[in-house]
Parts: sequence; C-alpha cells; structure tokens
Amino acid sequence: MIEGILIGLETALSFKNLMMVMIGCFAGTIIGMLPGLGPMTAIALMIPITYGFEPSTGLILMAGVYYGAVFGGSTSSILINAPGIPGTVATSFDGYPMAQQGKAGKALAIAAYSSFAGGTIAAIFLLIAAPSLSKVSLAFRSPDYFGLMILGLTAVSAFSAKGHFLKAMMMVVLGLMLASVGQDTLSDIPRFTFQNMNLSDGISFVLVVMATFAMSEALTIIFKGNDPSRATQQISLSQLGSIKLDKIETKKMINTIPRSSVLGFVIGVLPGAGSTIASFLAYGMERNFVSDEEKQKFGKGSVNGLAAPETANNAACSGSFVPLLTLGIPGSGTTAVMLGALLGFGIQPGPRLYQTNPEIFWSVIMSMYIGMVILLILNLPLIPYIARVLATPRTFLIPLILFFSVTGIYLMSFNNFDIYMMIGIAVVATILRLYDFPMPPLILAFVLGGLMEENLRRSLLISDGSFNFLWDRPLTAIIMLTIIFIVGWQVYKSFFKRI
Amino acid sequence: MKITPSKLISLLFFVFSGFYLYYAHQIQVFTFDENAPFNAKTFPIYLGYAGLTFSALYIILPETKPTNVNLRVLDYKKTILLVILMILYGIFILRAGYFLSTSIFLVLSYIVLGERKWLWIFTLSFPFVAVFMYLLHGLLNIYLRDPFLKFIGIMG
Repeated sequence: MIEGILIGLETALSFKNLMMVMIGCFAGTIIGMLPGLGPMTAIALMIPITYGFEPSTGLILMAGVYYGAVFGGSTSSILINAPGIPGTVATSFDGYPMAQQGKAGKALAIAAYSSFAGGTIAAIFLLIAAPSLSKVSLAFRSPDYFGLMILGLTAVSAFSAKGHFLKAMMMVVLGLMLASVGQDTLSDIPRFTFQNMNLSDGISFVLVVMATFAMSEALTIIFKGNDPSRATQQISLSQLGSIKLDKIETKKMINTIPRSSVLGFVIGVLPGAGSTIASFLAYGMERNFVSDEEKQKFGKGSVNGLAAPETANNAACSGSFVPLLTLGIPGSGTTAVMLGALLGFGIQPGPRLYQTNPEIFWSVIMSMYIGMVILLILNLPLIPYIARVLATPRTFLIPLILFFSVTGIYLMSFNNFDIYMMIGIAVVATILRLYDFPMPPLILAFVLGGLMEENLRRSLLISDGSFNFLWDRPLTAIIMLTIIFIVGWQVYKSFFKRI
Repeated sequence: MKITPSKLISLLFFVFSGFYLYYAHQIQVFTFDENAPFNAKTFPIYLGYAGLTFSALYIILPETKPTNVNLRVLDYKKTILLVILMILYGIFILRAGYFLSTSIFLVLSYIVLGERKWLWIFTLSFPFVAVFMYLLHGLLNIYLRDPFLKFIGIMG
C-alpha cells in the first residue's frame, strides 16, 4: 500500500496534475456556487476538455471539480440561502443564520475546515477500504455484478425519487433504452439505428450528460423564471467578516467532526445514498449528541449544526468513490458521470484497476486529499472575490452554459446531428424535470446499460437460459433480497403509508 | 381516475415502450443465434416489457404525491426562442464556422433574455469567443473547423 501511495503522490504532485487540481477546484467552486448547477453539471462541462489529457490527469481534474463544486454549493448556502447542490441544503440551516448575524466569514471558515477534516478522514478510510474491498470483489461473478447493478439502480431511484419511485424507475428504463441504441457490442448487429449512420456508434455519453444536466438545467432556470443572482442583492459580498475561530468554536468542531466523518463515509459507500442523505443524517445525529443548551441554538447559527453536515457531505463524496473504484459500479449520479468519462479513456474501473492501473487508482485518491488542501488554503481566502460570481446575471450565465454545452459536443463529433439530438433530449429532460422525473437514475442507467447487458449475457449463457443464477449463489441471493426489500419498502411507502 | 400531466407523460412513455418493444422484436439476429439463451434482441425485449410495466403501474395506481406546476408562470416565449436559437446555431456552425456562429448565437441569446448592456454583450461575444478559440485551437491543439476564418486568412 505504501508503494501505491508513493506512486499516487508522484503522479498527483507532478506540476501538470497539481495545476489541474487547482483549476478543477477553482472552476468547480464557481460552478457549484451557482444555484441549480451542481457537481454533475460541473463535471459534464469538463469532460470534452479532459479527453485531450492522460486518463489520470483527466480524472484528477474531474475530482477537483467535484470537491470544488461541493465547496461552492456550501458557499451559496451560507451566503444567500440558495444551496448550489442538494448535499448542502442542511448547511444552510445554520450557515445562513450565521451570515445574517454578520458572521459570514466565520461560517465559511467552519464549513471549509469541516469539509477539509471530513474529506481527510474519509480519504484515510478510502485508502484502507478500497484495496481490501478490491481483493474481496475479485470473488464476484457475472450474476453478482448484474445483481449489484440492479441494486445500484434501484437504490438511486429510491433515494433520488423523493416519493416518486415509479417515475425514477421509468427514468432507469429510459436510460437503459438510450444505451441500447447502436451496434450490439458482441455481434455488431445494428439496433434502433433506423439506418441512420449517425446512430450506429450509439448515443454519446457526453451528449446525454450535457443534455440532461447542463443544458436542461439552464433551460429550466429560464422556463421557471428563476433568477439566482437576485438573492445576492440582499448581502454585501465584499464584507464577510473575520474568518478566525475562537477556542470554544474550535472545541465544538473537534467533537463533531469525527462522528460526522464516519457517518458520512459509511453513507457515501452505500449505493444511491450520497451526500444529501449523509448531511441530513449527520445534522439529525448531531442534534441528539449535543447539550440541551446547544440544541436550542440549532437552526439559529449553531457551530455544531453547521460543522456536522459539512463534514458528512465531504466524507460521503470520498465514500462514493469506493464502489466506483473497487467494483466499477457507481453509487451516485456524479460518480456515474465519472465512470462514463473513465470508459471514454478506455479504462474499466473495477477490482483489477488496483493492479492494472495503480497510478490511476492511487493518484485519484491522493489528488482528493491535495484538492482538499487547495480548497482550504486557496479558495477560502479568495471567497469574497469568488462569491461575486453569484451576482452574475442569468442573462449572461444561461447563454454561456448553452454555448459550453454545444461546443462540448461539437468538438467531439463536428456533426450537426449530435447538436440536434442534444437539443431534443434537453427539451424532453426539461419537461420531465418540471414534473419531478429525476435525472440521476437515467444517467446511471445509461452508463451501466452496456455493462449490465454484458453481465446478463454471460449469466444467461452459463445457466443455459435459466434465471436460476439470480439465487444460485448466496451472494447473488443476498443482493436480490436487498433489491426486493428496497422495492417493497418503496411500494409500502408510496401506497400504504400515505406520506 | 384523474389525468394529471405526470400520468400523461407516463402514457406517452407507455406508447414509446410499445414502439421500442416492437422494434426490439424486429432486430435481425444471426440464424445460429436465434434460439440462443441470449442474443442481440434479448435485453431490449426485457427493457420494452419493463417500460410497459412501470408506466402502466403509474397510470393505473393512484398518485400519492402529485406534482403541481403552475403552467401560467412559466416563461414559454424565452425558452422557445432559446431553443430555436440553438437549432439555428447547430445549422450554421458548420457552414458559417465556429467563430461567427457562436458569437452571433451569444449576442442574440443575451438580447432574447433581456440584456441591454451593449458593452458587456459585445465583450462576452466576439472577443470572448476569440480568446476561447485561441485557448482551444492555439494552446490545447484542439481542431476547430472554421471556413469563415480560413476564408479571411486568420486560420490555416
């Protein structure tokens, strides 16, 4: 493991990769800060640029963007009570009241230190857990992988659906249907191409991500008439107050950070759960741990109430890399986008990544840590300046997002057909979003479609067409039972519990 | 049963899944593969049935958490205009070249969204695209096809 860490450090600390982490953190902070635009959009916008780089450099850039976007999301939560991403909603509960009390700088510092500590502790867990889990996952067979993919899709649907499980499942099927367009990987037989040459290679992953996130989010902002910059008029972005913490505040954070890190990491590893659930659970858990006097301060600017969700959401981000790097199965929408990018580089994440591409495996882990340091020492002092991005009028912001999206696709194919298809998918996605049809399950399904078909093919061929493979092995049977439990629970919640 | 927009979308998805299933059955597989446990149309057929099942369930079962959208407050005009501009951008990007089409797209989009600060509109279009193109084409060596700039002799 020490050797691996050194390989990772050597790759991550090269001048080029250090620059990429810095650019990634900076760009991610700016994009993540804008309400409505989360890490998935930030990463999606970066993908076309990363294809010109080496895989490790590209991944390091995307990891930097991911952490930067989470940090940026916290900033807008604290300053204008408009969370950039769902994972930072809980941050606004106590962060925004602190900002209203004239302690915006302090709130941002608490968020930054907590994120750093949570991310650091989780990176250590990741260092320990990932290689061990990689070795265990070598015992996994095709039926187990097929089961795990269904589990991932079901779990993401259950968690991201917010009471609309069937809608999420429809999006899963739509994502798999889109992934099935193009030539069959084994027989080269064209499927759903309608004799159109532009479809023979299938639909590009970048196109689907850009359309369903960047472009459709931009169109949704216009369609709903939202103006993210309006809230910034209420506060002064240049006078945020001191960022220094006193002894009592530091002591409170020291108590909160370890427990929230553990919780955040564990939740992050679970498929579908992610940083949103981690931050809410950490906030709730912290409320039970503190004294009655401190409990009264929750929602009014409590240090513990701010540190807990911030620690947990960053720890969950690191945790979500565990299933991606060890099993090759992303547990969240954001890691699904990263899986798509990895496949674009010709790298198949999974248990063998640890052995076949150790420099990628370790450099991603090490760059996470370097990313945290950069966020702390570079972005925190710059926040009063970066925060001015929040005041960018949507009249400039939206066309620029659309321009980056179209350019991204144009650079990849130099083809009008892809641009039209992207616009078509974005319009459909905008309407679907309006009626709470979630997009993360669609992306996850689109990315997993090919792998899922491949594993189903192997499983059915081995079992001679029988579906016994779903319960023949104890591991597969446990996975299937978990899926049945999740579906059963969702059905119960939807039709009997009447939420 | 009340027909809500979500149910209507599910109905459309049901029809779409029906078409998908029909075309999945039409996929031509090799003769020796027809009776194999798995061939090129097996997975799409399962997907077609899954789509029909989930959408049918949504249509039939009562909605416990309906999504209410106030259709009157939505800004149709600007959204449709932006979509049309993007389509036009897609049409002209290969013909007029990247620089001209992108700059004009940006100028028109700013105006459609109500921006009237002309200095900013200009700065964030023609010079901005020129700098962006230099970054891509000049520094990152990413090829950009531009017949217009080639015609006036700026690009090789």
